[in-house]
Amino acid sequence: MKTPDKKQLFRIKAVLFIAALIPLARLFWLGFQDNLGANPVEFVERSTGTWTLVMLMITLSMTPIKLLTGVAWQIQLRRMMGLFMFFYACLHFSTYIWLDHWFDWAEITKDIVKHPYVLVGFSAFVLTIPLAVTSNKAMIQRLRERWKMLHQLVYLIAILGVLHFWWLVKKDIREPLIYALVLAVLLGIRLYYKRSARTGRNMATRAVPSSS
Amino acid sequence: MLIRKKSDILSSEITPQEVFENRREFLKAAGFGLIAGAAASTGLWSWQAEAAVQRQKIGAYTKTPFGAGEKPTPYDDITTYNNFYEFGTGKGDPARESKLFNPRPWTVSVEGEVKKAKHIAIEDIFKLAPLEERIYRMRCVEGWSMVIPWVGLPLAQLIKWAEPTANAKYVEFISLADPKTMPGVRVPILDWPYVEGLRMDEAMNPLTILAVGLYGEVLPNQNGAPIRLVVPWKYGFKGAKSIVKIRFTETMPQTAWMKAASSEYGFYANVNPTVDHPRWTQSTERRIGTGLFSPRIKTQMFNGYTEQVAHLYAGMDLRKNF
Repeated sequence: MKTPDKKQLFRIKAVLFIAALIPLARLFWLGFQDNLGANPVEFVERSTGTWTLVMLMITLSMTPIKLLTGVAWQIQLRRMMGLFMFFYACLHFSTYIWLDHWFDWAEITKDIVKHPYVLVGFSAFVLTIPLAVTSNKAMIQRLRERWKMLHQLVYLIAILGVLHFWWLVKKDIREPLIYALVLAVLLGIRLYYKRSARTGRNMATRAVPSSS
Repeated sequence: MLIRKKSDILSSEITPQEVFENRREFLKAAGFGLIAGAAASTGLWSWQAEAAVQRQKIGAYTKTPFGAGEKPTPYDDITTYNNFYEFGTGKGDPARESKLFNPRPWTVSVEGEVKKAKHIAIEDIFKLAPLEERIYRMRCVEGWSMVIPWVGLPLAQLIKWAEPTANAKYVEFISLADPKTMPGVRVPILDWPYVEGLRMDEAMNPLTILAVGLYGEVLPNQNGAPIRLVVPWKYGFKGAKSIVKIRFTETMPQTAWMKAASSEYGFYANVNPTVDHPRWTQSTERRIGTGLFSPRIKTQMFNGYTEQVAHLYAGMDLRKNF
């Protein structure tokens, strides 16, 4: 596949940007038509939560695509998708504290501390904040190696995010299972390549004849 | 020159047009269904299918003072937001998936610790006692609630008719589990059939009813047609739907949810704002049908029916017997 030039990349980003806003537009559309179902708050919470996970999975799929196909230009879309994940996570969290609990901080604190699924979801959200804050070029240049380490938090966020969904459902785990499997595949590909790179290196080291 | 070529297709092999059209419709429907199903199963999109189900009025029932001052939840909300896992675990699944379900004819088997095991047809249950409208609050363990104008009869009336023996300490309610008409039963989400139970005194309490209708109409399929249990001071899952068997027992029945997660769902399952669930807060609830911008309301002890039922649990530790 040909690598897109600057202009093409800009167009791809523009299309992706608009596409990533469709779920939000849909919520507004349904909301204005009073068509969010019997439990609209739950609907908005579910929808924003679902799209947070989807954006997260898309963000995490850029590197495996590179590893599997050698195509690398899509890595340039990763930051935008990561920020969309953060955007939907913010909407999800705002829905929770505003529409669901109406800023009843005592009730919210109790909910976070006492219910494991809320706790892991909240933790995942808090962990995304430093990632979003350090996502600009200046920060990447300033933090360098530490930036890489910091942004490895995304793996923990992903695991907590899927767990959040898994622990929420009562009995039918089929839907969270889909996300768990996708995440397992995405992380599995990374691990596989990392491991084979390492053994490859080891073999190379061994192959070097010792002269001393 | 006219070349007459014999057709190599027998006329009997030609597909009649209507069959052909039907096939196309079927294929279209199947294709769309697949895509919709795949999308819906990932939860990315959800559809609200228009119900083309016939609604039938119940001839005669008396009004009761229950629910005075409460605003009943709109019919559309009560009939599109359901937990009825036999038809799927999504809230919209029961309304969509129960359209082909036929609750007539229907008989309920009454067995166990009774003088004589017997069957009763749904039509005869309608005549067992005068039907009454009971407007009850319904609190789901998931933290939402409704106000539902049920039509039904006191369970006590059926128990009297059933003539339980002195050994009968509990009543067990067993729901239909028909994989042919109930797609959810084909998936081992719960240990089918759905089983619920009450202690004898709870079952005899005048608040406990067998509902056969709502909003003055015959009970819609998705709400547990043709007959379901309603115990308004307990969490909604106690209300077994589409009941086919009522069994009187000496020992406490193992309910479907106790079997699924005994640490989360107890036998009593009384609405109790002070006993939290590992997943959901029980001190507040969201009233369905009040819109996107209405805050939660406080959950009441025994769902607000303390006066009628608190005596049943005198001296019991409700933290342990949750």
